[in-house]
Amino acid sequence: MKRITSAALAAAMSMIAVSGASAETLKIAFIDPLSGPFGPSGQAGLNEWIYAADQMNAKGGINGNQVEVTGYDNKINPKESLVQLQKALDSGVRYIAQGNGSSVASALIDAIEKHNKRNPGEEVMFLNYAAVDPSFTNDRCTFYHFRFDADADMKMEAVTNWVKGQPDIKKVYIIGQDYSFGKAVAAAAVKGLTEKRPDIEIVGNELHPLGKVKDFTPYVQKIISSGADAMITGNWGADMVLLIKAAVDSGFEGPILTYYGGSKGAATAMGEAAVGQVKAIVENNTNLPMSDEQAAYVDGYEAKYTEDNYYYHRIHNAMHMLAMAAEKANSIDPTDVAFAMEGLEYESPNGVVTMRADNHQILQPMFMSTFSDDVTRGVEHLTLGWKSGPNDRIEAEDTRTETTCKMQRPKK
Amino acid sequence: METIVFSLLNGVIYGLLLFMLSSGLTLIFSMMGVLNFAHASFYMLGAYFAYTISEASSFWLALVFAPILVGLVGALVEKYGLRTVHVNGHVAELLFTFGLAYLIDEVVKIVWGRNAVDYRVPELLDFPLFELFGAQYPAYRIFTLFVALAMLAGLWFILNRTRWGLIIQAALSHPHMVGHLGHDVPRIFMTVFGVGCALAGLAGVIGGNYLVTDPAMAVQMGPIVFVVVVVGGLGSLMGAFLAAMLLGLLQTFAVAIDARFADIFGWLGLSETTELGSITIASLAPMIPFLMLVLILMIRPRGLLGDREL
Amino acid sequence: MSNVATNSVNVLGPTGSEKFMRRIMPLIALAVVLAVIPVFGPSRTVYSLLNAMGVNIVFAMSYNMLLGRAGLLSFGHAVYFGLGGYAAVHAMGAIEAASYGDGGFWASYPVFFLPVVGFAGGALAGAVIGWPSCRRAGTPFAMISLGVAELIAAAGFMFGSIFGGEEGVSGDRMNGPELFGLSLGPIEEVYWFIAFWTFIGVLGTYAFTRTPLGKMSEATRDNPERVEFVGYDPQKVRYLVFIFSGGFAGLAGGMAAVNYEIFTPEALSLAPSGMVLLMAYIGGIRYFAGPILGAILLTYMQSMMSDYSEAWLLYLGLLFIVIVMFAPGGLAGIFVGLFSGLRGEDAGENFRRWAVQVAGIVLMMIGIITLVEVSVHWSNNYGEVFHPFGVQLPHDGVLTWAVIFIPFVAGVGILRMAHKNKEGQA
Repeated sequence: MKRITSAALAAAMSMIAVSGASAETLKIAFIDPLSGPFGPSGQAGLNEWIYAADQMNAKGGINGNQVEVTGYDNKINPKESLVQLQKALDSGVRYIAQGNGSSVASALIDAIEKHNKRNPGEEVMFLNYAAVDPSFTNDRCTFYHFRFDADADMKMEAVTNWVKGQPDIKKVYIIGQDYSFGKAVAAAAVKGLTEKRPDIEIVGNELHPLGKVKDFTPYVQKIISSGADAMITGNWGADMVLLIKAAVDSGFEGPILTYYGGSKGAATAMGEAAVGQVKAIVENNTNLPMSDEQAAYVDGYEAKYTEDNYYYHRIHNAMHMLAMAAEKANSIDPTDVAFAMEGLEYESPNGVVTMRADNHQILQPMFMSTFSDDVTRGVEHLTLGWKSGPNDRIEAEDTRTETTCKMQRPKK
Repeated sequence: METIVFSLLNGVIYGLLLFMLSSGLTLIFSMMGVLNFAHASFYMLGAYFAYTISEASSFWLALVFAPILVGLVGALVEKYGLRTVHVNGHVAELLFTFGLAYLIDEVVKIVWGRNAVDYRVPELLDFPLFELFGAQYPAYRIFTLFVALAMLAGLWFILNRTRWGLIIQAALSHPHMVGHLGHDVPRIFMTVFGVGCALAGLAGVIGGNYLVTDPAMAVQMGPIVFVVVVVGGLGSLMGAFLAAMLLGLLQTFAVAIDARFADIFGWLGLSETTELGSITIASLAPMIPFLMLVLILMIRPRGLLGDREL
Repeated sequence: MSNVATNSVNVLGPTGSEKFMRRIMPLIALAVVLAVIPVFGPSRTVYSLLNAMGVNIVFAMSYNMLLGRAGLLSFGHAVYFGLGGYAAVHAMGAIEAASYGDGGFWASYPVFFLPVVGFAGGALAGAVIGWPSCRRAGTPFAMISLGVAELIAAAGFMFGSIFGGEEGVSGDRMNGPELFGLSLGPIEEVYWFIAFWTFIGVLGTYAFTRTPLGKMSEATRDNPERVEFVGYDPQKVRYLVFIFSGGFAGLAGGMAAVNYEIFTPEALSLAPSGMVLLMAYIGGIRYFAGPILGAILLTYMQSMMSDYSEAWLLYLGLLFIVIVMFAPGGLAGIFVGLFSGLRGEDAGENFRRWAVQVAGIVLMMIGIITLVEVSVHWSNNYGEVFHPFGVQLPHDGVLTWAVIFIPFVAGVGILRMAHKNKEGQA
């Protein structure tokens, strides 16, 4: 029951004669939380993967093969993820998709690297759609790992590039969660701001323990009395929502620049008070101008999963790039596909996206989206949603960061 | 100056919310010896009931009826659950409430969904009351202050001026004696448990819209409730009040201190570039309650004003 | 005259063969089971499940040294598991560095013996944290363990150099000298490692119960005052038990470090501490083998049941509450009851009673499971309908509510009648 798969559709489609010699199934194991506190965001990701697979199957699949996505519940626990990985391997899976939590991604990258080394001929490819720790495409880069989301540093690159065009912002306050991600965001923000806008004064740089603060009002009043006119935060979950609520309640008026403002449930929790102030750096929002085809894709998704909104555009990109790479290699073997994926360019609905060959990190246009009440597509059954103006687009090339990756490639 | 004024105001309000949340547990724990792990779950239920009631009618009705409903649920739990486990001792009771907390979490997710619900501050109170040093002060926060004070006064009146209150007071300090005097102890237990849960529910009604109403709110608040009860001391509502205030003030004042460990322990050779030296007092503020919990239990196991050890 | 005393003790005590049957046989049986499993050629999934079970068995056994034997309820036992595991994973890194570098002590240390490092790490952590915690049993101990767990978990995220930040510390188990011809690369070889240490863990915790300290810990649980009269210091007894329990938790941590080759800070947090409590209690804290059963069942539920129902946490909560309320002896208690009931004189009578009870329970479960599954499907709002065996059960169907209520009411009725009958006979 949990294993909602697109198998039914896959079976139906295979009745219609499919081009291509082999009619294998390309199995993708989705290893993310499907129960517990992070269940909702994992479930939303799974739904988008299944939807993307169904759409792909309707067009004849990947290189003539049907795609099947199966969910594996890892309870967002790295150890449990490795057990689920073994289950996936046993059912013949060669592609893994994961996104929630860099701790899980780290464990999976490591385990997949070792598995590939220890079991030649059974290599597995890792499609990372949301784990943003920069090290995965730098020091710890591996050949079979591909990231379809901008990493934390690139997102900050985009944020600071956006700030560059905002002369009103003169004093910035940085606040984040006290762990590796929060610290990385803060460091990147300081670096980016001092480089691009040396005139901006960083009036505060604060860390608080992860998920322990109940009332952010004291923090917000500190921020207000520092005279800050913008706030940057990498917070997610309750830490983000509570911070934003406290900020708007206490009359903080500047923009609040977030990474995860658009995450599931946040819009409802923030409410109308946050309109116009909360911004999120994302690769897509549903109020961007889009082609009829893309609109149909989004509508189809939201009609099928009425509780979800179309959010992970990168899953759409990942599925299409996987198909392109497989067709280019004329194979669905992960090693062939991985070689074909390197340097691949894909004409996505928002512009060209590129998979860097040197570190397997995607480059895509980013958008600074604003929480707004003047939108055609709302989220979470509200009239509120996310939109961005013409000056809010950051070109793919402007998010590029230097990499320390020394890619080790297998012999062809 | 402004830091002190803000920290005082925020500390007092946060402290009062903590007190509302934990006063019920102090009653339950002192009298029945049950350290109710699910107490914060009743707080969550209060918020969700209030959301449903205020969707259907108004916030003001929710303010009255949501705590009553939570109290009823609590009384049922006591009658059909806790009483059965009672014979197996306090550890069994503690474990029962531990499991109950799991269960309430999951049921809430099924009934109200797994994301936050749109439980809002009533429009009547949704405006900035005054402005202080450039920051606005929402009226609703002052409202919470009054509700908490009203609750405190009500509790004081019931405990000190009514017959019921006197029996409960007696049962707080000498539970066995009350039984010997011929009072129906199981019924007193059920009532106290219900009332204690209702108080947590009231905190939920007040806190749910000012913070966030989602299925994680119980887990977030859970441990801190224990801190208040244990630090305050067994059998003492006054102690719980003091502990809640102390926690609220300490935490908010700590947030205002930007000093790093290196600034304080620099004379020991601790440098600012080390991991330990770069930690600020402000970043540790949310951990202060747990530090206090451990220290109090080690140094003064009866808590601030407790009349006996745990 | 000493002869008389020894003789009477011998008469009261178990005979040699009884001792063998009750103490040595179960351990031999465990060893045989562990050794025979690979004969069936398990799949990778089964192997990784078995390995996870091995780790959890030792972890749960160490927990029961506290809860079951010494009467200490801890909400922060994962701290010792985690610290032991971190010690082991750092040692694993040292082995790797040493074998590619200049050698030294770690270059000759086999990965196979990393759980020893874990034991040392856990015991050391127990020794540091234990003394102030162990002054009192009961609620103060529980609360201190909770506070300490919160503090250490927060520190885990703050100190990146020790705990590796969010992505944790990882290592490679295929370094250093090989032992018993095990490269520890493939999962089948890791199984032998896990099996060996599971056996050592069970043996060690069992041996501990036979030591004077183990006996004193039980006495301290039951009556600390009397222990004091006899001349022992209860705090000291608890403290020593605490150190050993921390050590065995660290041993499990060391096993986990080799099995998963990674440790992350959330291993120190409250969630795994709660899980080990559930394992031990559901299995049965009053029986030595109880936690083993609990660890096996819960590991299975955690990894496999989530495939079938996303409400598995709800079922887990229900199971726990039912055990607390109606079967404080846990699963082990139920098994022991069944076993002794079947061996007694009125075995037939017992058997009939159980059959009736099982029927009642099954009927109730049908009702409850249907209710939960229908609600979950309705709540998800994906338009999916619960359809066991192809029967569609929408939330607004009459049939659905019939399937929920009729078995439930019937089940409750049967159980009540069985209960009354029993009372009537007594």
